[in-house]
Amino acid sequence: MGTTYANGAHAKATRDDLLQYYRDMLLIRRFEERAGQLYGMGLIGGFCHLYIGQEAVVVGMQAALKPGDQVITAYRDHGHMLATGMDPNAIMAELTGRSDGCSKGKGGSMHMFSTEKAFYGGHGIVGAQVSLGTGLAFANRYRDDAKVCVTYFGDGAANQGQVYESFNMASLWKLPVVYIVENNQYAMGTAIQRSSSETHLHRRGISFNIPGEEVDGMDVVAVREAGLRAAEHARSGKGPILLEMKTYRYRGHSMSDPAKYRTKEEVEEMKARHDPIEHVKKLLIDGGHATEDSLKDIDREIRAVVTASAEFAQASPEPDPRELMTDVYL
Amino acid sequence: MTQILMPALSPTMEEGNLAKWLIKPGDKVEPGQVIAEIETDKATMEVEAVDEGVVSELLVAEGAQGVKVNTPIAVLKGEGGTQPEMSVPPPSARQPARPPTPASPPQGGREEDPEVPAGTTFVKITVRDALRDAMAEEMRRDPDVFLMGEEVAQYQGAYKVSRELLQEFGDKRVVDTPITEHGFAGLGVGAAMAGLKPIVEFMTWNFAMQAIDQIINSAAKTLYMSGGQIKSSIVFRGPNGAAARVAAQHSQDYSSWYAHVPGLIVIAPYDAADAKGLLKSAIRNPNPVVFLEHEMLYGTEFEIPDVKDWLVPIGKAKIRRPGADVTITAHSRMVGLALKAAEHLAGEGIDAEVIDLRTLRPLDTATIIGSVKKTNRLVTVEEGWGQSGVGAEVCARVTSEAFDYLDAPPTRVHQVDAPLAYAANLEALALPSVEKIVEAVKAVTYR
Ligand SMILES: Cc1ncc(C[n+]2csc(CCOP(=O)(O)OP(=O)(O)O)c2C)c(N)n1
Ligand SMILES: [Mg+2]
Repeated sequence: MGTTYANGAHAKATRDDLLQYYRDMLLIRRFEERAGQLYGMGLIGGFCHLYIGQEAVVVGMQAALKPGDQVITAYRDHGHMLATGMDPNAIMAELTGRSDGCSKGKGGSMHMFSTEKAFYGGHGIVGAQVSLGTGLAFANRYRDDAKVCVTYFGDGAANQGQVYESFNMASLWKLPVVYIVENNQYAMGTAIQRSSSETHLHRRGISFNIPGEEVDGMDVVAVREAGLRAAEHARSGKGPILLEMKTYRYRGHSMSDPAKYRTKEEVEEMKARHDPIEHVKKLLIDGGHATEDSLKDIDREIRAVVTASAEFAQASPEPDPRELMTDVYL
Repeated sequence: MTQILMPALSPTMEEGNLAKWLIKPGDKVEPGQVIAEIETDKATMEVEAVDEGVVSELLVAEGAQGVKVNTPIAVLKGEGGTQPEMSVPPPSARQPARPPTPASPPQGGREEDPEVPAGTTFVKITVRDALRDAMAEEMRRDPDVFLMGEEVAQYQGAYKVSRELLQEFGDKRVVDTPITEHGFAGLGVGAAMAGLKPIVEFMTWNFAMQAIDQIINSAAKTLYMSGGQIKSSIVFRGPNGAAARVAAQHSQDYSSWYAHVPGLIVIAPYDAADAKGLLKSAIRNPNPVVFLEHEMLYGTEFEIPDVKDWLVPIGKAKIRRPGADVTITAHSRMVGLALKAAEHLAGEGIDAEVIDLRTLRPLDTATIIGSVKKTNRLVTVEEGWGQSGVGAEVCARVTSEAFDYLDAPPTRVHQVDAPLAYAANLEALALPSVEKIVEAVKAVTYR
């Protein structure tokens, strides 16, 4: 049986921490809203999965990492990239499929990468990134470089076989990987109770001796605290650890999902009572760290960044036709 | 002032209906607020505001049908003091960002079809509904037939191909699976070994790569390995090939992959009549069948014979357009492109014969050879890559069986030898097109 961490008391986040998290989460929210708008205008094509509602997970986790730690996730990746500090202009230009995009326009919404920020994608096949993340951790152990790989996957992905094949190897070989299951309670139109015999996903590592913990994924500070413990566990040679982030996506699965499988009240309740950004806003104002007005200034700054990224993404030219045949081989 | 535009709500949407306004002039709106409901061919979607402001005008009335994407539908006056909104150029000034979706197939005169009894009436139906009807009819006919896959039941299918099947057949026979392709494909084969007749839907064939071991190692080979004792009457189906702008991992054509494998039957229909008739035949067939559909054809309407039990034989190609000068072979969506190319070529005095392969394994070599003996020229068209492709196989058979009849080297049209890019211009450059087919035909006819 794996150890189960108790959810520790809220460590006090400093004023600067909270302001940073507010800013980082707001950037993701506004960026995603703009991406949704550009999609509606036909400037973004294909599939586009927005991260709105889940912002606290990546922002809290990123705050728990050290430079060089790797991040890998699936197709709902815009938030993860912004959290690692990738340039919003390059992300938005990838969304519009232009030459200044971080994959030169060849990857699109689901396939972006940054070696500089140790972000390894951006993967479209549900579950595949879990084995890849385990391999990144294998390389860390091989090199003994004290890096940890944070491997994100969804509640739906948690039913793919390769997740468990990876869990077994990671635990057997004590690989420095932090598995984060972002349990937003739906995989497309399938509520977790309809797909999973064990819905407490943090228990999914038990038979591999992987400790697990359930975390309030709408609370950025709780995420950071759990992330710090988990990263320390993995870094210290104790092997993998699994955090289940209880979270929620506000929008449909992708832009074309009407999301008729859940009630309006359920969504409204999450937005009204559990919104991760409103939560930090309240901590800031109640703690006397900020005022409505000072936060409005941040809002305005973020809006300007996002507007600029959208303009950049529309002005950037399409890739040169010669790019068609480059990057197939080295 | 900000214009709210008719949004595109799916990769392939070009127009929609404004089902309902939830705002009126004078209302204040905030980002995230639901302002309208819009109907697409697949669903009714809520549209949220991105900008804040006060509604000054609704430009499109509630109930309006066929509103083109990017038409202004409302005007917002921004609140004083907010950030300037991104300026939106008028729709006419904007470049279309997505490649033009293929227009509807040529609907010229319906050619005589020996499969259709004389005096038959025809009805219009989309490929999506034809597939649905095929499954429904076979499920009514045989209680051992059931459908299984991701989102097939409660969600009514990710692409709405299984619409209303749950309502008619219940959750015993229309089964939502977890996302676990390798597992449920294997489970399906096991159920087939026990005598049931599963239809396993892959949300797209891209995800069947997770399951390809069970399709090939278990479904295709067990009859042989058991000396004929264990059969698997199972259909694996779903959309195959490139949709619009969904990038490399979601845009692959598996035709030649499965056509390579003895023990499998591989079908890739083009129109609604074949989709329905071949799917019904596939469900009744005692062998494992790989049934490759195309998302870009799901919404296309075709005429289909209005007969009670419409079956199309497996293993028979169809001459879609008779011609004397050149043979063009194609399957699935490429048939539409080949027919367009043939129309264009007719204008230039080249009379092309278009053969819809329909079944890729067993391949109807006789029809192809018969045609080439008449036209003496061959162009093959497929959406996938060239190397070891369907076209390569057709060319090999033609050169070995009709070598003396050829007046030009056979030519293949296929996707360029690279993963499919997301960028609209690169995507268009990579895939076969009417122009590329016309060009290839001119090359083999020395025009
Ligand atoms: C192997 C595979 N099967 C199916 C799909 C189609 N698909 C894309 S996302 C998705 C749902 C995944 O849900 P979850 O893991 O909970 O992640 P979330 O979308 O909630 O972030 C499905 C079925 C896919 N991309 N890959
Ligand atoms: Mg989920």
